[in-house]
Amino acid sequence: MLEAIDLECVRGDCRLFAGVGFRLDEGELLSVQGQNGSGKTSLLRMLCGLSPAANGEIHWRGTPIARLAEDYRRELCYLGHHNAIKDELTPLENLLASAALADETLSEDDALAALEQLGLGTRADLACRYLSQGQKRRVALARLIHEKRALWILDEPYVALDAAAIALVAGLVGAHLQRGGLAVLTTHQAVDVAASTIRELRLD
Amino acid sequence: MLKLVLAIIRRDLRLALRRRADLVSALFFFIIVVSLFPLGVGPEPELLRKLAPGVLWVAALLATMLSLPRLFADDHRDGTLEQLALTPQPFALVVLGKLLAHWLVSGLPLALLAPVLGLQFGLSGDALWVLCLSLLIGTPALSGIGAIGAALTLGVRGGGVLLSLLVLPLYIPVLIFGAGAVDATLTGLGAQAHLSLLGALALGGVFFAPWPTAAALRIALE
Repeated sequence: MLEAIDLECVRGDCRLFAGVGFRLDEGELLSVQGQNGSGKTSLLRMLCGLSPAANGEIHWRGTPIARLAEDYRRELCYLGHHNAIKDELTPLENLLASAALADETLSEDDALAALEQLGLGTRADLACRYLSQGQKRRVALARLIHEKRALWILDEPYVALDAAAIALVAGLVGAHLQRGGLAVLTTHQAVDVAASTIRELRLD
Repeated sequence: MLKLVLAIIRRDLRLALRRRADLVSALFFFIIVVSLFPLGVGPEPELLRKLAPGVLWVAALLATMLSLPRLFADDHRDGTLEQLALTPQPFALVVLGKLLAHWLVSGLPLALLAPVLGLQFGLSGDALWVLCLSLLIGTPALSGIGAIGAALTLGVRGGGVLLSLLVLPLYIPVLIFGAGAVDATLTGLGAQAHLSLLGALALGGVFFAPWPTAAALRIALE
């Protein structure tokens, strides 16, 4: 499904990695590991099509992602380093807005249920600027609960989360893989996702 | 497709309402700059009437410039721009939505406020009406051209000044035809020709700006 061939990443004059390749099929998880500054985020952004690879190709269902463009983005859910939530909006508004911008329909009840599940039920109507860092991350992750897209690319999803929330997110990713989805994630913690196949990629 | 544009407009309007200070400060800037002129040049009606179109239009340009740096900067900082770039629709549509929202919170209030300020310059009813109309037609072009500049200077240090240097020269045609329309009404020539040209600029600005803006934003995101 998702195949990377001989990827190379250059930042400024510095070559972060070269010759990176992997193949990911339905129900499989790719865990990208490496030190700070080894190019994990750069790799993930390449996989999303946000930044071009200096060399190499990325194929989705056998076609280069650059050619698929919107058809690829329709199957992609990316959660970046930044939470992509607006401080002025409430968690509920953020969730509904991000669904609308991703061209999905999400009812208010579903959105509330998702926030409830992440322990933000009582904060649904409070502007995000009053939330803690971990709560903001939870708002961003609430998107995943009703996310049906095939490929999840998550950049450090566990950052700022407590143990209970980490278990919850690991459960969500596990359920996604069970449905036949694919996931790519970076983390500095142990990956305890229930997946039939966990592939590891080390960037050094 | 239209749904996405509407969703972005709705989100941006809601954000603008939550951050009213930004909206109001640009408007007050416009009011104050325009009001300084009658105080500075004195109360001579003939002179003021002659100055009015240029002063009001230049003040409108500068007030629009004030809100431009934040057009994409906030979305860029909190990661929303990445998400917008990943929507399964052409990115230019997203930009179009943001551009229209920008016009609704900056251009439209300026156009509605201008006739009131024009009273200070002793403009006739006809001229006030044309002033409002010229701003209504011309400000979308300002938003469009400004969006290209805002995207090109996104993430650049000292981007605000660079943005002005980049965008203000491009605003010249809009300024000439906008102020010209009011001038032509005052001299009795009729504003038809100026307004038509202004309309052409606005259509061009709104319909062609999203593509270069989207391309510039993609480069900024790399």
